[in-house]
Amino acid sequence: MIYAFGNPGRQDDGLGNRCVEEIENWCNDEHIPNIETESNYQLNIEDAAEIADKNIVIFVDASVEDIEDIHFTIVEPYEGKSEFTTHAASPAFVLALCIKVYKRHPRTYLLQIRGYEFDFKEELSPGAEKNLQKAVEFIKQKLTDPEFEML
Amino acid sequence: MGRKLTIEPITRVEGHGKVTIHLDDLGNITQTRLHIVEFRGFERFVQGRPYWEMPVLVQRLCGICPVSHHLAAAKALDMIVGAGTGDGLTPTGEKMRRLMHYGQMFQSHSLHFFHLASPDLVFGIDSDPLKRNIIGVALENKDLAIQGVMMRKFGQEIIKATAGKKIHGTGAIPGGINKHLTTEERDSFIKGKDPMNIDKMIEWSQVAIEFFKDYHKKNKEIIDHFSVFPSNYMSLVRKDGAMDLYHGVLRAVDKDGKKILHDVNYQDYLQYIDEEVRSWSYMKFPYLKEFGKKQGWYTVGPLARMNTADFIPTPLAQKEFEIFKDYNNGKPSNISMHMHWARLIEILHSAEMMKELLNDPDMVKGDLVIKGQKRNEGIGLIEAPRGTLFHHYEINGKDQISMANLIVSTTHNNQPMNEAVNFIARNHLSGQAEITEGMLNAVEVGIRAYDPCLSCATHAFGKMPLEISLYDSNNNLIDLKRK
Repeated sequence: MIYAFGNPGRQDDGLGNRCVEEIENWCNDEHIPNIETESNYQLNIEDAAEIADKNIVIFVDASVEDIEDIHFTIVEPYEGKSEFTTHAASPAFVLALCIKVYKRHPRTYLLQIRGYEFDFKEELSPGAEKNLQKAVEFIKQKLTDPEFEML
Repeated sequence: MGRKLTIEPITRVEGHGKVTIHLDDLGNITQTRLHIVEFRGFERFVQGRPYWEMPVLVQRLCGICPVSHHLAAAKALDMIVGAGTGDGLTPTGEKMRRLMHYGQMFQSHSLHFFHLASPDLVFGIDSDPLKRNIIGVALENKDLAIQGVMMRKFGQEIIKATAGKKIHGTGAIPGGINKHLTTEERDSFIKGKDPMNIDKMIEWSQVAIEFFKDYHKKNKEIIDHFSVFPSNYMSLVRKDGAMDLYHGVLRAVDKDGKKILHDVNYQDYLQYIDEEVRSWSYMKFPYLKEFGKKQGWYTVGPLARMNTADFIPTPLAQKEFEIFKDYNNGKPSNISMHMHWARLIEILHSAEMMKELLNDPDMVKGDLVIKGQKRNEGIGLIEAPRGTLFHHYEINGKDQISMANLIVSTTHNNQPMNEAVNFIARNHLSGQAEITEGMLNAVEVGIRAYDPCLSCATHAFGKMPLEISLYDSNNNLIDLKRK
């Protein structure tokens, strides 16, 4: 499952959503099987149920952290207090809740895509557009890499 | 030397806020304030945009309750396209919107209770903060946690089926709705495999109410005395006085239940409501003009709706409403923590309403849209999960928005939240030698009862943080806790 979260009405905050849209189109065009895609404003507690029966989940999100373009990491479960300070939840919190409630969990990754502008616009900033293409290619490569699936 | 305490950011509340508490030389509270520190200017941003974009555009305001903004904007635009003031749509148009709205109410209230409130109830306000979350609840009461997760999911699926998609739903359009429910969607909600069917959702809603009532019996001190202060209350009610979350007339009652706003047409809201600006907060303070700034402030949201409505038009929720009213001797409840009780009764009401609507043949057939004589102004109002939500637009000759005024629920609740902070600080922090994490959380519990979404209330972008700052009588910062 490739799962994006962000608000496409907030410019680069929608990077993840755009990325998943492109991956979904590519999967359809290339007939790539067994890939589910999901997109939402933000993660929340019900996503523990959403990911529970998946083998691999890649969360995709826009980032304002100090990364060059994209950053791919394994998500470790984290249930600390700071992870639920808003109505939204982090991938680590969703994963931790999934483990506690369902006693099973997918291998979980987070792909962060660097964003730069977060105003009230639908279109991405030029820098974000470039990073988006890198992110899409990165995921395509992962989805067609047998070793990634077998890890 | 006196002290001042600032709480910032407020955990588990959306937006950005700060609480400052001033203490005197003896550690007694002299002043408390909930500050809202960011401002976003969304109303200016939409000026110049084509009016028909509004139901989708306003969803940029907030990722928490986009459906509420979507529907309030659509109701305002119904007027602009000549489709009446909320009750002139086709049966399918109105019922599909209502289903969307009850789905939103159901999922939002479920999230609040299970994710934000239940950890405080299960573990106690001053328990270990690392344990005080829904994962802690899952370890202690797995069934409760699973119910929370799946009730949220059910509500989200209802929204997806009625709005078309989870993000930037397009279901509600000026003059109606753009789709029917498919028979497959309808059947899956009615007869879906457990737990994803409406009967299970009604059953779980009742379980949640029983959980709260049981807790209440054993913890009357916390629930009934934690935060209590007199307030006026305002909400929509149906013309016959029934609870109605989608359409009706505006009613307000005082702390004793006396009507002070007599079921007026919300199209005239500017005659009755004004907003005060205070220098220390970006969030305005609305009040009923007739009673002035000091006496005219009011509470909105689940507790207000229990206090204003004469009855609830679904049988199971009505039974719970009667228990609630009996407990409060038929008078309004002025107890902040009863907000949780009220919210749970509304969860049950929403589930019952969803069942009624899902079984209605108009959901799968019938005309979707109606239009009439175009106008240049529209006002839409709904009862969002957190309370009354106004959208007011004017358009120019080019069909562009020339004026927008949005009053969101959290803004209505600005003064009540300040009152709650004040009450709790005076009763839990005053005179204490040391400010503990538990005391700080107590202040947050009071704010969280209102389920504020400070993000759109202040038109601010970003996550909601909270700081508590403690100041002495010379205004020197002597302690700061940030979350």
